[in-house]
Order: sequence, then structure tokens, then C-alpha cells
Amino acid sequence: MRGAMDKKIRVFLAKPGLDGHDRGVLIVGQALRDAGMEVIYSGLKQTPENLVEAALQEDVGILGLSILSGAHMALIPRIMELLRESDAGDVTVIAGGVIPNDDAEVLVAEHGVARVFGPGTDTREIVAFIREREERR
Amino acid sequence: MKDSPNDLYQKLLKGDRRAAARLITLVENADPSARQALKMLHRHSGGGHIVGMTGSPGSGKSTLTCRLARHYRDEDRSVGIICVDPSSPFTGGALLGDRVRMQELSGDPEVFIRSMGSRGALGGLSVATNDVINILDAFGKDVIIVETVGAGQVEIEVVKYTHTCIVVTMPGGGDEIQAIKAGILEIGDIFVVNKSDRDGAPRAVADLEMMLETKPGTSEEAWKPPVITTMALAGEGIDELAAAISAHRGFLVESGLLEEKTVQRMRAELLEILNLKVSRAAENALEEEGVGAELVRRMADREIDPHSAADEVVEYLLKRAGR
Ligand SMILES: Nc1nc2c(ncn2[C@@H]2O[C@H](COP(=O)(O)OP(=O)(O)O)[C@@H](O)[C@H]2O)c(=O)[nH]1
Ligand SMILES: [Mg+2]
Repeated sequence: MRGAMDKKIRVFLAKPGLDGHDRGVLIVGQALRDAGMEVIYSGLKQTPENLVEAALQEDVGILGLSILSGAHMALIPRIMELLRESDAGDVTVIAGGVIPNDDAEVLVAEHGVARVFGPGTDTREIVAFIREREERR
Repeated sequence: MKDSPNDLYQKLLKGDRRAAARLITLVENADPSARQALKMLHRHSGGGHIVGMTGSPGSGKSTLTCRLARHYRDEDRSVGIICVDPSSPFTGGALLGDRVRMQELSGDPEVFIRSMGSRGALGGLSVATNDVINILDAFGKDVIIVETVGAGQVEIEVVKYTHTCIVVTMPGGGDEIQAIKAGILEIGDIFVVNKSDRDGAPRAVADLEMMLETKPGTSEEAWKPPVITTMALAGEGIDELAAAISAHRGFLVESGLLEEKTVQRMRAELLEILNLKVSRAAENALEEEGVGAELVRRMADREIDPHSAADEVVEYLLKRAGR
């Protein structure tokens, strides 16, 4: 019920780059919704600038990036940079889609991505990770 | 690095969109620390024109909202958009996808879009939505569009007291029109038949016009809600829609109804907040030993009837408030 404090985890799911479909990210979106989170979905083909602006307006704690196109090493570091420039480095960024392990390691170690989820990850794992991050905030 | 309510207020007035975003989060969470900022903001609000956009899911509200916002941006007016969608009553979660239809607007710093879940609210939704409208108003947005599914009473409450309420339908059988009959015919200032590229648009317009003709309580000097045909996907009919909104505003100003509507809005807002506060106080009293809990037991033992018990609770609350 509203009235008493009613905090919710808010997640912005975005698809940067030129991917043509969003089945995977929508499955994650539904799982997060079913776990009681408020999930905002961007739609396809977002530029890093636009999606960072949207994430700031929506004031989310979690930004989830889904990239299948192979352009993750160009897009994700740019998004991380924009977040830092906007003084929003405290937003937890997670990524998924098709990202090879070597790249994932670099994204986490050098660019500040919190976690990269490989293809076929159990959505419960993502839910648990987000909850744990948000509790620590 | 948490901003105090006063910091948020100062920053928001300077146009800091992150401060606006944070304050909206506090309001959504019913966080008491929002109160201080809302208090200071109130006198800065009241300048924006508030537009409600309601209608059944899939009728094209988000697409229309996007086109309309673009129209206002071409006139160099700033726009705030609030998209309210239902939360799951079971989990409290929500998947909010209105932004998907508003991509053209992203990247424009003069457009602020916020997606809200209804969070299963009992009356709390309209309180929260009103607060968010006021925040965007004080933030300096010239036009504020509130999109909500015209499904239930709660959603209708949200758009009922906007300055101009737009009801969106589409061709496709009598169901659409039938749905409108149940309650939202009365609140529409402008009706839109969207998806004019589909079969049956002229028929839908004719049906709507007929229903509006026979709407009770329409006098000569009253506003006659126009029915506008659009094809939001292609941007057709948007100029006409914007012209109708501005004609409606003109009518409100000239007839003195703008002030009256504002007063109605304030009254509704106050009543909603009171309802929320009073019902919470009553709920708490019912939990209290020696007060509600005792009364409930006596009711169960048939010592006191429910109406008399309610009177006692009211008396208790009044006495306590008077102290
Ligand atoms: N054919 C047609 N489809 C439209 C038109 N406007 C919107 N749509 C589509 O209708 C669907 C629902 O639109 P949306 O704006 O999300 O509706 P909402 O649920 O009322 O917000 C989307 O697939 C839109 O692309 C239109 O004028 N013609
Ligand atoms: Mg919509």
C-alpha cells in the first residue's frame, strides 16, 4: 500500500547499438517484473547519449545493457564514461547478450561494469544479483 | 552524497534534471523527506498546461504523446511526460514500455519523461501523480502530459482534474466505443480516433459524435468536445490535435473555468491526501490495544454494533488530534 514507505528497485533495460530484436532482454524484463521490480524498457537502437539521459530521468539504480551486435567494446565503455561525466557513477551497470569472456573481464576490471551475464543465464541469478547490489546501496 | 530536500529544491529550480528525477523517486516511495521540498515547490507550480491522455491499451497514447511533444518542441515549448502503467497486484512489479514509442524525444534535454508504476495504490496513486505533476510544473515545463490507461476508477481519477483531458480510441468494432461509455465520456475534453489508416475510422468518429450529442448536461455556452482523427504513426492530425488543445485552453481562460478547474484540482488533491491520512490513522487505531482492538473484540461478542464502534473510533481520533 502507498502511504507507508514503499521503496522499489527500478531498472532501466536498454538496447544500445543496432540489434534487430529484443526477445532476450524482454524475457529478463519479465523476470525482473515478476520479482517485484519496476522495469523500464528503452526499445531498440539507443545511442549511449540517449540511454544515459533516459536512465537519469528515470532515476534507476540499475542499468541493464543488452548487446548482441558485437559492438559492446565500443558502446559499453562510452556509456560508462557518460555516466561518470554525469556524476552518476553510482548506477550499477550490468550487461548481457553475446559478450565473450575476455571482453567481459575487461569491461568489469577496467570500465566498472558490475557484472556480465552470459547467454542462457538463469534469470534468478540476475534477480539475486540486483537485489544484493541494491541492498548494499 | 545524498542531497537534502533543500538542495534538491534549489537545484530543481535551477533546472537540474537529476534533482527533479530524485525528488520524483522520493515521492513515488512515499518518502517523508520529499515533503519539505514539495512544500517549498508549491508556490513555483501552476504555470504549466496539464494534459491528460487516456484510453485503452494499444490505442496509441504513447505514440500520440510523442508526436504531440514533438509539435510543442517545434514551438520551442518544453514538455514533461508522465507515463503511468499498472503494477502487478501480486508482485508489485511492472514492465514499463511507453518509452519505446517515444524514442524520437530521447536526447532532447527540454523533454523530461518519467515512467511510473501504479504500485497497487489505494488512492495513493493520484496523490503521487499529482506530486509529480507539480514537480515538473515547478521545474518549468510548459506542457505536462500524463498518460494513463483509462481502465479503472483509479486511473480515471488521475486524469480527471487535468486542464485538458484527451480520450484516445481507435477503429475496431463497437467494443472500443462501448468501453468509453463506462465513465470516461464525461471526462473527455477532446476525443481522438487514432489509427485512421485502419478500416472503420469514419464510422468510429460518427459513433462518438452521436454519443457526445446526447451527452447530458451540455449547454450552449459549454465546451463541445471535438472528435479528431489522427494517424499517430505517420504524424497525421497532430496539428489539429494541438490546435484543439489550445482552443480548449482558450475556452477555459475566457470562461473563467481555468480558475475553477484549478480549484477543483486542489480540492481533489486535498481530499485524496486527507483520505490517505485519515485511513492510515484509522488503521493504526484499530491495531491499538484498548482502542480498536478492544472494540473489535466487543463487536465479535455482540456487545457493540459496527456503526457505534466506528463512532467511537472517530471520537478517539478527534480527541487525540485535539491534544
Ligand atoms: N496502424 C497504426 N498503428 C499505430 C498508430 N499509432 C500507433 N500505432 C501502433 O499501435 C501500437 C500501440 O501504440 P502505443 O502508442 O504503444 O499505444 P498505447 O498503449 O495506447 O500507449 C504500436 O504498435 C504503435 O506503433 C497509427 O496511427 N496507425
Ligand atoms: Mg502507452
